[in-house]
Amino acid sequence: MAGLQSQDFARISATTFRPPDVRHDFEVAKLIDVSKCIGCKACQAACLEWNNLKEEVGINTGVYDNPHDLTPNTWTLMRFTEWDNPDTGNLEWLIRKDGCMHCADPGCLKACPAPGAIVQYNNGIVDFVSENCIGCGYCVKGCPFNIPRISQADNKAYKCTLCSDRVAVGQAPACAKACPTGAIVFGTKAAMIEHANGRITDLKSRGFANAGLYDPPGVGGTHVMYVLHHNDQPQLYANLPKDPVISPVVELWKGVTKYAGLAALGFAATFAFVHATIARRNEVSRAEDREAEHLIDEEAAHGRQGQ
Amino acid sequence: MVARDNDERTVRRSEERTTVDRTEGRVRVNHWVTAISLILLAFSGLALFHPSMFWLSSLFGGGSMTRMLHPWIGVVLMVSFAILFLQVLKHNFWNKRDTHWMRHVGDAMSGNEENLPEVGRYNAAQKLIFWTMTLVILVLFGSGIVIWYEYFGTSFTIDQQRVGHIVHALAAVAIMLVVIVHIYAAFYVRGTISSMTEGRVTGGWAFRHHRRWLREEAQKGVIDERQKPPPGRPRDLHPAE
Repeated sequence: MAGLQSQDFARISATTFRPPDVRHDFEVAKLIDVSKCIGCKACQAACLEWNNLKEEVGINTGVYDNPHDLTPNTWTLMRFTEWDNPDTGNLEWLIRKDGCMHCADPGCLKACPAPGAIVQYNNGIVDFVSENCIGCGYCVKGCPFNIPRISQADNKAYKCTLCSDRVAVGQAPACAKACPTGAIVFGTKAAMIEHANGRITDLKSRGFANAGLYDPPGVGGTHVMYVLHHNDQPQLYANLPKDPVISPVVELWKGVTKYAGLAALGFAATFAFVHATIARRNEVSRAEDREAEHLIDEEAAHGRQGQ
Repeated sequence: MVARDNDERTVRRSEERTTVDRTEGRVRVNHWVTAISLILLAFSGLALFHPSMFWLSSLFGGGSMTRMLHPWIGVVLMVSFAILFLQVLKHNFWNKRDTHWMRHVGDAMSGNEENLPEVGRYNAAQKLIFWTMTLVILVLFGSGIVIWYEYFGTSFTIDQQRVGHIVHALAAVAIMLVVIVHIYAAFYVRGTISSMTEGRVTGGWAFRHHRRWLREEAQKGVIDERQKPPPGRPRDLHPAE
């Protein structure tokens, strides 16, 4: 966040104000056309290259996914699914480039308790700011797509930045730059939707009647979108959620619980303070002190008789 | 077994006042370890609960340190409360008199304790605090483990962790409310605090609030410190005698 101003952000995590968001000129988006993807993993390699990350050498378990899941170093991952299409009898190889979707309404940012650890720029990119991250893992629970990963080394959360550093100087993200088939394209969100519409028309003319754009409204739309040949069944693509929303449990926790909880505590503390100040004190009287002496004498005598 | 009988006596008369021993030193130590842990947990927990409270994380060395320390303080609390639980459990079993007392709780709140049955060592409200604390601390510890990401991040599914968070937050609000009631009652009922600082209360306090307990203690006999000669002064040198 260093070097940026509040005006550069649309949202800042764990703050009690909304930034003015005056520089909100246009939103960017990355469009991933799954129907054009050949699974070469050039995007994965470009991501490691540009961000100067190293992934451990893994173990082959008989699938193409490598590594087997997103990690603090692998911010984007090709997920391979073999699907028997019951309508055509064809075996389809569905390959989806997984990574942060850069939601318009980010669950990670909503869940984050550390001020400024997660920000959304005016252009829609959602970024993690390591220097403010405290490593609590709340973003993992906030995310509807299971994207953030916490490093065991430094207890900081990591994910795709949409190459915010490249975008800031007018460059496309490294993955889009590296894609050899043009399956990954980058531009303004409006331009990407227009581009997608052309692709969807083309796919429909080729027999993919359910082809469509994956830009889920449950999270306010995303700044990473997919063109899917089977947009009616996004779960086919390695469990891409059909209608992702921020979990209602997280909404409850970060919504009414937060405010009602503080209000209840404030009310209780205030009531206790006021009552303690104005109410009649519950004090031991002199008479009770004297009565206690009598009672002690009496009972002590009883005690001696009992022995 | 005369010596043991002497040890059991808790009512003391001195020249200045009559007191009754109420809380042993080992129980007081656990009470205060638990109390301090609870306050530290409240501060560090509130820091992560609402942005307007995040400044409290400075008390623990920043956000990351707060995130790291909070669960460990929880472990300290769990251990110290478990010992405290075993130490005072025998005084906290519910009986019919407690049910009767609870029906007239309004009289107790307004200071009209003469309308209530004589109370033993703890009254029904105190027992309720004890059992509520026990339940809520167990819930907090259990849900706390589920959301302790550093060590248990992969032991529970994300959905389980989400539920863990809301349960932990609600239980935390509940325990803070119980603590407010507990501290408030200790101040409002004058003369109570000394039972946890010095370990003893005045005879009048015991008579007013826990008369059955005072009877039981008095029946064991009285330690009369008035009869002792002043220390370090041989009797025959005393000018008055």
